Amino acid sequence: MNSLRNTLRIGVLRGGLELKQFLRQRESVVFTIFFPVILLFIFGTVFKDTIAPGVTFSQYFVAGMIASGLVNTGFQQLAITIPMERDFGTLKRLRGTPMSVSSYFIGKALLVTILMIIQTALLLIFGTLMFGLNMPSDPSIWLTFTWLVILGSACSTVLGIAFSVVPKSGRGASAVVSPIVIILQFFSGVFFVFTSLPSWMQQFAALFPLKWLTQGMRSVFLPADFATQEVAKSWEIGKIALVLILWLIFGLVFAIRSFKWSKE
Amino acid sequence: MSQSHAIEVRGLVKKYGNKAAVAGVDLTVEQGEIFALLGPNGAGKTTIVEILEGYRKADSGQVKVLGFDPATKGGAGQRWRNQIGIVFQSTNDSADLSVIETISHFANYYENPRDVQQVIDEVGLREKINAKARELSGGQRRRLDVALGIIGSPQLLFLDEPTTGFDPEARRSFWELIRTLKAEGATILLTTHYLDEAQALADRVGVINEGQIIEIATPDTLGGRNNAPAKVMWLENGSTQEILSKNPTEEVIKLGQRFNGQIPELQVLRPNLEEIYLRMIGEVK
Repeated sequence: MNSLRNTLRIGVLRGGLELKQFLRQRESVVFTIFFPVILLFIFGTVFKDTIAPGVTFSQYFVAGMIASGLVNTGFQQLAITIPMERDFGTLKRLRGTPMSVSSYFIGKALLVTILMIIQTALLLIFGTLMFGLNMPSDPSIWLTFTWLVILGSACSTVLGIAFSVVPKSGRGASAVVSPIVIILQFFSGVFFVFTSLPSWMQQFAALFPLKWLTQGMRSVFLPADFATQEVAKSWEIGKIALVLILWLIFGLVFAIRSFKWSKE
Repeated sequence: MSQSHAIEVRGLVKKYGNKAAVAGVDLTVEQGEIFALLGPNGAGKTTIVEILEGYRKADSGQVKVLGFDPATKGGAGQRWRNQIGIVFQSTNDSADLSVIETISHFANYYENPRDVQQVIDEVGLREKINAKARELSGGQRRRLDVALGIIGSPQLLFLDEPTTGFDPEARRSFWELIRTLKAEGATILLTTHYLDEAQALADRVGVINEGQIIEIATPDTLGGRNNAPAKVMWLENGSTQEILSKNPTEEVIKLGQRFNGQIPELQVLRPNLEEIYLRMIGEVK
């Protein structure tokens, strides 16, 4: 049997199973998929101002929400559910079968990608209908959007798997992981205009991928001339790609080396 | 070491801190055998089994399971896992998936899986085929665990206290299933708290206490059970009399002559496996 093909085949099957299990847990569906839409509704309704000529706050917020959606569905979801799977014995059982760890990772990555597509589509449809979001018309911008989503999902997935060794138990995982995500969202210019944050906050946020993803999404959803209002007076597309790739490599190495199948 | 033994262990040691959980264990299990490992909680049963399953690494000693060192990493270990099946002690996973979904999915992992429908019948979950794992009773949940343990047609099956929480009828049908697997040629390593289970299923039993194997024997000869004095009891002068005898037949004949036929309330009791076992692990002197 071709082992690479078999690894991929089982990875795809695991992705389907993961999605099925996910959709059967109503709380996680609401929390992961609808929460960003609810936040967009609240922020879009409360903050009606424009932050630059022709740029509404909701336009700015959608960029941040799509970026932080990648962090929610990938990093946050995995760093919470994997410790639970460890507690429930799911991982121990899988370890006792011929299934390879790569298939498990592929399944998780597929789950994150599918959830991300659903979530982004919902945000864009809802934002357009409720708040009249402007969609980019230039195909090259959609290309940027596509690689941002792919690279961001991959980065978020491996970092979620890597971070899953940190929570001591499944029950406590949410309390460890959620505050980190929320703080990063505040610091990275998701809820506030990034340039209005104190510079120490900006510099702290610049160490982590969310700030760069958010900036990348702004380059997609905000007018080109808004770039001059960024901290670096530019979208810094090359730097965004570089930071995300570095985090992806770090996360991948760490996830593979530190992954724990059981508590001991 | 030859591959003809299903399990071969020499001088196995595993320490946690300064305490040796397994203190020099030798063990050989033959192909096609049902071997039961008995011992009190904390005796080192689970540690030994988890080393054999590849979950823990031995500190020293040699371990061969189906001719393979379970601590080996990488692709070879995955191929080896095609030939083993594991039924865990207590599980709580796949709660949102149905019986059929879980078993069919796990069948995909193996090169040579058993027929999914047949496995469902064998473990007696036909009526619960579309129930979610979370909706199953404790005993039904264990049967699902057993199904997942045997779906890959294992040559060697590990059963860790498999019938805990079963009602008597479910245990009997589970025992039948194990005998079927044995008849098909599988080797089975069983840990259990139930002595009657070991008696009913095992070809040989090994008693382990404080990290060491005290004795390995057939259930009938363990602890000299076959030669141990039997208790002969009868009613005489309004009260129960008893004597311990190495030769109970002789005692019964003598009594028969004395009572001239019918001995009132005669009983001849050999020590059962449980008594022998408790004596061995020092619970009863």
